[in-house]
Amino acid sequence: MKRIVSFSFAAACLFALVVVSCKGGEDTNTSGTNGASQETPSANNSATSANTASYDPKRGEGKFDASNVKVAALDESMVTKGDAIFKTKCSACHKLTDEKLVGPGWKGVTGRKEPYWIMNFITNPDAMIDKDPELQAQLEICLVRMPNQNLTDDDARHILEFMRKNDGAK
Amino acid sequence: MKLQSVFLYSLLGITLVGTSCKPKGTSSAVTGGAAEKTYVPPGKYDELYNFVSGGFSGQMSVYGLPSGRLLRVIPVFSVDPEKGWGYSEETKPMLNTSHGFVPWDDLHHVELSQTNGEVNGKWVFGNANNTPRIARIDLKTFRTAEIIELPNSAGNHSSPYGTENTEYVVAGTRFSVPADGAGSDVPISSYKENFKGHISFISVDKETGKMDLSFQIRTPGVNFDLARCGKAKSHGWFFFSCYNTEQANTLLEVNASKNDKDFIMAVNWKKAEEYLKAGKGKKVPVKYAHNTYNETTHTATSEFKNEVIVLDAAELKDICYFIPCPKSPHGCDVNPTGEYIVGSGKLAALLPVFSFDKIQTAIAEKQFEGEYGGIPVIKYEAALHGEVQKPGLGPLHTEFDANGFAYTSFFVSSEVVKWNVKELKVVDRVPTYYSVGHLCVPGGNTRKPYGKYVIAYNKITKDRYLPTGPELSQSAQLFDISGDKMQLILDFPTIGEPHYAQAAPAELFTKNQYKIYKIEENKHPYVAKGEAETKAVREGNKVHIYLTTIRSHIAPDNIEGVKVGDEVYFHVTNLEQDWDIPHGFAIKGANNGELLIMPGETTTLKWIPEKTGIFPMYCTDFCSALHQEMQGYVRVSPAGSNVPLTASIGKNAADEKAQK
Ligand SMILES: [Cu+2]
Repeated sequence: MKRIVSFSFAAACLFALVVVSCKGGEDTNTSGTNGASQETPSANNSATSANTASYDPKRGEGKFDASNVKVAALDESMVTKGDAIFKTKCSACHKLTDEKLVGPGWKGVTGRKEPYWIMNFITNPDAMIDKDPELQAQLEICLVRMPNQNLTDDDARHILEFMRKNDGAK
Repeated sequence: MKLQSVFLYSLLGITLVGTSCKPKGTSSAVTGGAAEKTYVPPGKYDELYNFVSGGFSGQMSVYGLPSGRLLRVIPVFSVDPEKGWGYSEETKPMLNTSHGFVPWDDLHHVELSQTNGEVNGKWVFGNANNTPRIARIDLKTFRTAEIIELPNSAGNHSSPYGTENTEYVVAGTRFSVPADGAGSDVPISSYKENFKGHISFISVDKETGKMDLSFQIRTPGVNFDLARCGKAKSHGWFFFSCYNTEQANTLLEVNASKNDKDFIMAVNWKKAEEYLKAGKGKKVPVKYAHNTYNETTHTATSEFKNEVIVLDAAELKDICYFIPCPKSPHGCDVNPTGEYIVGSGKLAALLPVFSFDKIQTAIAEKQFEGEYGGIPVIKYEAALHGEVQKPGLGPLHTEFDANGFAYTSFFVSSEVVKWNVKELKVVDRVPTYYSVGHLCVPGGNTRKPYGKYVIAYNKITKDRYLPTGPELSQSAQLFDISGDKMQLILDFPTIGEPHYAQAAPAELFTKNQYKIYKIEENKHPYVAKGEAETKAVREGNKVHIYLTTIRSHIAPDNIEGVKVGDEVYFHVTNLEQDWDIPHGFAIKGANNGELLIMPGETTTLKWIPEKTGIFPMYCTDFCSALHQEMQGYVRVSPAGSNVPLTASIGKNAADEKAQK
């Protein structure tokens, strides 16, 4: 184990988290559960068709891609919001260094992964863990799945900005 | 059906029932196609939710139909260690009453909220029979949201029955008793002078569901059994069955069975509302608890109220009317059009069906045969639509389908009988196994029954399931009623003793359900929104520990400085925001239950350590591959020790290396 915990482990374990159970196959029973209530999360709305052939490991799977995620000069107000979300929803499992806790440390992630991949993964973890070859390989090592923390699109963008700051973006 | 022999039996003595009503072999009534009709493949959802009374378990259970799968037991009136209900500091107030904390009750009937006489999927109500209370369960969360105690009542049986827009749920007292307060210390033998009935009208806010004990109607002292509201044309009226019109106070099985007829009481609640507005009610001093669970603080509070408005039916003559009904009426059910009211006399060999129109005419024309306790008694024939002759033995409850048929349960002859409401003709009968009580047709109490099934809730299951010692499971049986003949298609076990149940299509309930509590909206005073906010705080001998849980650890997981005799409060916030990821919390030696904390929720366990030592705490709900690692330690030192209070997590190898 120790030997694997090197850079490659950290990269492989990217965000990996808890729960043994893999959500199997398609979810045919979600109709009727997508109510208007704010507390009804969107986790199950994402199409999780098991078709991995069309999966793009660079983009991941979700609503984000190069066209709708632009990063430029660091936006400090987004960083502040991202920091607050990190403290509530992420810091229990992730350190800001490259050290693994429950999940991998965040240091360097924005250099390894596209911004839209990161945003897709943190808003749609189940679908991506099921398909992404890198994420699947790391699951065998970490045995933990990234929990869906029910982030909004804005939350995800703010987290991304916070990660960029953590990686030294200006 | 060997009905004749059953008739003979009953002549010999109907008290033999329980053990003597095995009409046939265990499976003879099940015919082909049953499996197909009830099979719901793994991974597929059921068509209907069935909300079933848990009887003496004090809880309500939720089954899927037609599979009979048990989906959830909702804790209501009894403490439930599985869910921490009544054990956590936040839920203890829900079980407060004027008698103090009452950890158990007997939940008899369930009632789904309605709009325009149809199920709206918002709430389900239940009654506590022993220490009279009404609960409202919120179907966004499937948790008990509110419990209101009922003064001047005892044995809250004929409840909670609702009006067609859930303007009110009513609660009739089973035992008439002297009104609460100083005047209640009277000889039991003074029943006739001093014992009174009280019918409670609890208003329900259309939007929030918030209940309020709006008023009570005082009646002569009899036993109220069941009730139904009018609907459609009879909206504005309520009907209650009552027994013990003899006003006996001892040996009721003899002394309350003397009169040839008891009563159904018709209540004009719109009229009662008018009197209320006109100030005709009397404010009566009482004490009762009103407990509410707040979804943003995740905490229940108890409020004690000191007054109730009582309308006296003997003084206000046109609120209540009695209608004679053959012996010991039990069920009292109104058909979907609102025109027919079916009375079921437990000891009668016929079913009287009353007509709402005829009752109105009888009242207008004063066709009364006299008064009872100051209340007009309508002539039986004047109110009667007709009688179903020899339908079976021991009729109890009637539900309706959408095609003009009624389904009545017969306790003594252990059968369900289908009959035509207008023509009063029996068209089908099937045996039940055994001693059926209530029935449920989905939507069968509404203006538009969904039909398709009738479910029988049975008291006895001898030989139906694998034996489990002297106590056997209670049972429900599902019958397909889509054809002319009823067909038994499934048995399934139930918890406690099932009384009434209701069912409706699943999508009415699934569309609004919560999957998590949003952590941002958590207003619990001791919430920790993230591990950065976890801590331990001492206030005198009270220690407040702000804990968080997430797959796969508890923070803090090392706590020192707790002393013997401290009151330790673990305020546990579940940081998960993922559906179906509760965490549990338990600590060795606690004279208490566990906690089960939903995603985004904060819940508190009170613990008073009585010994020194190291006390492990852990998560009780297997949550991840690292669930077994989800644990921590509390060090307890002697009272007066000077170990400082500390709470920490994660002095891991890397940190230590960094320090070196
Ligand atoms: Cu856990």
